[in-house]
Amino acid sequence: MTNMNRRQMLLTGAAMAVPLAAPTILRAADTDTIKLGILHSLSGTMAISETTLKDTMLMLIAEQNAKGGVLGKKIEPVVVDPASNWPLFAEKARELLTVDKVAAIFGCWTSVSRKSVLPVVEELNGLLYYPVQYEGQESSKNVFYTGAAPNQQAIPAVDYFLNELGVQKFALLGTDYVYPRTTNKILEAYLQQKGIKKEDIFINYTPFGQSDWSKIVADVKALTADGKQVGVISTINGDANIGFYKELAASGITADDIPVVAFSVGEEELSGLGKGDLQNLVGQLAAWNYFESVDTPENEAFIKAWHKFTGDPKRVTNDPMEAHYIGFNMWVQAAEQAKSVASDAIQEAMIGQKFPNLTGTTAEMLTNHHLTKPVLIGEIRADGQFDVVKKTAPVPGDAWSDYLPESKYLVSDWKGKHCGMFNTQTNTCVQIKSNY
Amino acid sequence: MTFVKKNPSVLWFLVILAVFTLAVTLMSPGTGTGVISTSFVKTLGKTLCLAMVALAMDLVWGYTGILSLGHMAFFAVGGYMIGMWLMYARTEEIVFAALAKSPIPPTPAELHDGIASQIFGVVGSSKMPAIWAFAGSLPAQLALVVLVPAALALAFGWLAFRSRVAGVYLSILTQAMTLALALWLFQNDSGLRGNNGLSGLQNIPGLNHVPQEWLSIWFFWASAAALALAYVLLAWVVSGKFGSVIRAIRDDEQRVRFLGYPVEGYKLFVFALTAVIAGIGGALYYPQAGIINPAELAPIASIYLAVWVAIGGRGRLYGAVMGAVFVSLLSSWFTGGRAPDVPLGFATIHWVDWWQVLLGLAFVLVTLFAPQGLGGLVDLITGRRAPPRHGAPLGPDTGSLQEREAEE
Amino acid sequence: MIRILLAAALALALAPGLARADSLGDILNANKALVEHASRLTIGPVIDKLAASGDPRTEALLKAWGDKKLGLRKSDGTFVLLTRKGGDYALTLPDGSGDGTAKRSDINILRPNAGVRRLIDGALVEFQLSSPDLKTRTEALSIIDRHPEAGQLKPLEASLKAETDPALRARKERLLRLLTIRFGESTPKRIAAIDSFGADTGLDLRGTLNPLLDSHRVITKAGERPQGNVERQLIPGKTITPEAAYDLLVARGDAPARLTPLARRQALEAHIEGGKVGGVPVAQMSDPEARDRAYAALEKAGKVPGAATRHEVAAAVAGHAYWRVYQEADPAMTTAAKAALAKIAVKVDAMQGLDLLIEALSLASIYFLAAIGLALTFGVMGVINMAHGEFIMMGAYTGYVVQQIVPDYTLSLLIALPLAFAVTFAAGVAMERLVVRHLYKRPLETLLATFGVSIALQQIAKNIFGTQARPLTSPGWLDGAWVLNDVVSISYIRIAIFVLGVVFLGLFLWVMKRTRLGLELRAVTQNPAMAASMGINPDRINMLAFGLGSGIAGIAGVALGLYAKVTSELGQDYIVQSFMTVVVGGVGNIWGTLAGAALIGTLQKGIEWLNPSNTLAAQTYMILFIILFIQVRPRGIIALKGRAAGD
Repeated sequence: MTNMNRRQMLLTGAAMAVPLAAPTILRAADTDTIKLGILHSLSGTMAISETTLKDTMLMLIAEQNAKGGVLGKKIEPVVVDPASNWPLFAEKARELLTVDKVAAIFGCWTSVSRKSVLPVVEELNGLLYYPVQYEGQESSKNVFYTGAAPNQQAIPAVDYFLNELGVQKFALLGTDYVYPRTTNKILEAYLQQKGIKKEDIFINYTPFGQSDWSKIVADVKALTADGKQVGVISTINGDANIGFYKELAASGITADDIPVVAFSVGEEELSGLGKGDLQNLVGQLAAWNYFESVDTPENEAFIKAWHKFTGDPKRVTNDPMEAHYIGFNMWVQAAEQAKSVASDAIQEAMIGQKFPNLTGTTAEMLTNHHLTKPVLIGEIRADGQFDVVKKTAPVPGDAWSDYLPESKYLVSDWKGKHCGMFNTQTNTCVQIKSNY
Repeated sequence: MTFVKKNPSVLWFLVILAVFTLAVTLMSPGTGTGVISTSFVKTLGKTLCLAMVALAMDLVWGYTGILSLGHMAFFAVGGYMIGMWLMYARTEEIVFAALAKSPIPPTPAELHDGIASQIFGVVGSSKMPAIWAFAGSLPAQLALVVLVPAALALAFGWLAFRSRVAGVYLSILTQAMTLALALWLFQNDSGLRGNNGLSGLQNIPGLNHVPQEWLSIWFFWASAAALALAYVLLAWVVSGKFGSVIRAIRDDEQRVRFLGYPVEGYKLFVFALTAVIAGIGGALYYPQAGIINPAELAPIASIYLAVWVAIGGRGRLYGAVMGAVFVSLLSSWFTGGRAPDVPLGFATIHWVDWWQVLLGLAFVLVTLFAPQGLGGLVDLITGRRAPPRHGAPLGPDTGSLQEREAEE
Repeated sequence: MIRILLAAALALALAPGLARADSLGDILNANKALVEHASRLTIGPVIDKLAASGDPRTEALLKAWGDKKLGLRKSDGTFVLLTRKGGDYALTLPDGSGDGTAKRSDINILRPNAGVRRLIDGALVEFQLSSPDLKTRTEALSIIDRHPEAGQLKPLEASLKAETDPALRARKERLLRLLTIRFGESTPKRIAAIDSFGADTGLDLRGTLNPLLDSHRVITKAGERPQGNVERQLIPGKTITPEAAYDLLVARGDAPARLTPLARRQALEAHIEGGKVGGVPVAQMSDPEARDRAYAALEKAGKVPGAATRHEVAAAVAGHAYWRVYQEADPAMTTAAKAALAKIAVKVDAMQGLDLLIEALSLASIYFLAAIGLALTFGVMGVINMAHGEFIMMGAYTGYVVQQIVPDYTLSLLIALPLAFAVTFAAGVAMERLVVRHLYKRPLETLLATFGVSIALQQIAKNIFGTQARPLTSPGWLDGAWVLNDVVSISYIRIAIFVLGVVFLGLFLWVMKRTRLGLELRAVTQNPAMAASMGINPDRINMLAFGLGSGIAGIAGVALGLYAKVTSELGQDYIVQSFMTVVVGGVGNIWGTLAGAALIGTLQKGIEWLNPSNTLAAQTYMILFIILFIQVRPRGIIALKGRAAGD
């Protein structure tokens, strides 16, 4: 403490010696590169998911630099580690925007981390590209949502259940946090609208990392007693899925008896299950906007580049990676079009940007800062990959769910109305800044 | 003046804190040259709040001998209480502005519903839970910052101390308390937005025009003032007869009880007082952090608190402050990706990966070899030494003469 | 003859070009778009046509399609059946002729979704019921079981006589009775089928009976009775809320909707005239009563539609009667189904109670297994080992590593169990020697030092194995579950954990009561100085006991990893619960730990049963209960008395 104070005092003296000139001295003026912030946890519980995205960004930036960068300048990635600590996300975002002066931030995974960063990017008028499927009910001027909104993942999956599998009774199982809560609430309203009775919707929330699934699986099994086709919609997160699927397999439930569609289980999560367990899961479903097994030339090239970049030919690709791929390329296009990387210019140029996605269609950035995305339903294969059994045309993302009474009349339009939360019934802008 | 004379460390502490505050003020972007960034000012302000809760921990553990593994719960509860007002008042401004645009003025019910759906729309609900009844009033929530941790500590302490739960059992019980509270907060139905917690707390209602550069330094000053007050208060508490009694409770609870002191009452007072200090610390911390969620009161946070105090040195107030400041700043430096990697030839040590291992081992070593912690350094400087007591104890109890002592 | 001709003519008229007895290939080609992007909603007729084609290769074709072995050749768009041949595919045309081979990239494999596959399977049932292959017949029965249809009744009955396998025959008979309940031709036959089951708890039976009792709501004028098989009348204020009843009327269009606050607000806004609405100044509109007055004035002036008043609502509700009417028209059927279900319900309730008990027992055994090592180190020796959870984790990772080297699951398990014990025993001994030994006099500091070890071990595991969960697969003979009936079942892996818990209980008791180590250990913990005087080396005993406790944790880790997941945070999930198990049960007594685990397990399952939609609440309330319980019995359920209690 004393030691530190002495140093602080020295620093203070130095600072007083050069009054007001200090800021420019301390930060060497970097005008020859454009900086991009990468705000993904590299340690803590979210590291496994987010480290992949950091690598994806580094790969995309390296590729772009090889092509000559942006506006004739090289892109310089600034990687920071918010360590899965939500307050730290806000702190690091502020650092990136004020100290490193990055042109845009690519980052966040969980909803909480995004909500933590939101006030900072809005205050400092920064840019955030958020690549993960989320619960919607939000639209910020400073955020581009390149992951799926509920209507681009959950609703089509439920439609698949209703139409293709003839499911009449639903079990909504989720981990107890915001994404499942909100998604399930939307789905509950949607299902009731589709004529499913309230008593035919069973909802259960479990804590993160839940491992004791026998009671819940037994409850789901007991739902079949009234002769209706039961289906499970799982928003169970991360590790907890492993115990759930193991218990499901042990109780002899197959995809033909009770289909399960998951919104948070991708190629990476399945790698936590052994061959024997995967065998029992064949035919269970997941809904995403991208699967590694999709057969297009763009995807093949992307996977090849990924394997080359990581030096690991077995590393899987997943949906949020595609979101960053689209988001980054759109940012490059917007910068070239606006001839500037200033936040306001990019915000204007981003809307309407088009870029081919990896599954054979084109993504477009809408006025509500969401993308158009095709919805893919995949069946789990014994090798841990997915068979795509259904693919829709690109669906425009909807920031405010049409199925909830409180958001029914809300729209987001950053081009014409310049408002992220516009009430079409009272014709007023509820708020310019987003709710966090 | 006798108080200061008896406790020279208080004066030293206040002087150092004042110099530090002045230095930060002169270097901050809001009030000074801007040598350090706003986010670093916030980090320093938060560190002072952590030092404050470490002080509380030192009183309860270092002085009274109750190893509480639940004080971060009080810290977080304080944060939640102030967070409720911050969210409510900020949202009220927004909703009021939005409704003011419509042709007829809103009814109180409409305003209330609007706020509720703004705050809870994020977590798929639109009703204002009953526990938000006072959220609209700053004085009420400020009172709750003090009252809720105090009430919680009193209720828990009364139950635990009355049935003579002590030592390790009490530690596990306090840990269970934190865990129960965290699990309760994790539930959406509890009405505090579940896992999302309360966010956007750095935007102070009514101060929208004040930039964060200024707000950060204001909060830094407030944190420094609160730390100074807490330090003086606790130094005063431990220096008098009260201090002697609680130290006696730490060393031998039975004897103190036989001497006629109401041990439970003393413990309860200390437990509640420290809970209040922790709550105030939390109320200052979370507006600087910007977000609070139930992960903040996971049992591990309280264990880390014990770690800081142990590394700083128990039983001396400045030790707790040193531990908290040293470990938390070091921790943020190591995990911030700013620490240089150490190449070992066959492998490279990335501190992001190995910092936890280092911390864990450091902790074992400090416990084993330097029970005095960093505070022991001060003893070295001032030349104070523990009496040499060598050999095994002669009697069955701790504190009895030891073999070689007896020979002398 | 004429009839057949007519039918043919009709078919021709309805589906020109398809009505002739087409070859399989023709049918597929004619419906190429439907087949290529098959949907359950549209593919039915195509499958029916294929099934009705009479071609002997239909079965093979449908099977191939369902198994994702039907494809389209990219070059000419013809349908081909695929057989793997090295890296390529051997192609067969639908007419059975071979057509060379093709590369994977030249073929667009059809991947029908589960709904389509279900229809394909349904069409295959007829072929499969009398198949000579036992497995195929079993599969066909499963399909009927999942999706019974009227058309299956006859073929099933026909196949019954020739069935040779007794087990399958019994299953066929059961299915036949179930199908009779659904689709039987006469009521007496159907009722007889219902009665033949008695109080059977099978889900299939309940799944058959419950739909018979499906009912819908019918609204009539007051005093009238609806037609059909009436279940009961709904009485407003008793069996249906007046609000819900009124909403039903609104939905039917029999009554005007209530005025929502929003609609009223909009109506008021639309009628602002000179700063006033209905004579009330706009500025006063923040008062709800002022709005009432304004709206009433507007209503009087006829400017806004009248909203239903409370009286009107009450009158409308009273003017109608509300009923539930069975879908099933025959009262005899519904009575029989109701009676049967009532009988079943009693048995199901009892079985559910039993199942809850088994689940509680299973959870208790998991907690017990996780805590048993602690019962030794904490309970007997009094050392707080926060790294106990990390020893569990080390055991689980040992299991994972062994499985990477030894691919046979059974063998790897047999190696992993003793190896996990050895690894964690060594780790435990090392920790005791290096850390714990110096802190026997400072129990609170053991807590902190071992916590340091705990976070270091956790991070090291993360650095080595990554944060992603690692697979630890149980051997085949532990797959599946022991099934008593459709209500009571428990997975074998849980039974194995239970058995392991019992074995360890026995082992623990044997070591403590019957071996020299146990005797010496008890002596050392009660009075180390005295024990040392009797020639016992306390250092050695402490070391061994600590190693033993850690070793047991390692074995528990393998078991817990098999049942859930292997991550670096595995230990964290159990550590707090384990300590609470020991504390609640009472320190220093293995029976106490057992009682603690039983109490916590039962309690948690009990709360979960009360509130099935929120597992988190169960955990919260369980911990609260434990906190309160400790107040009442600070020494736990089974408290040591006398000198053994020490202090």
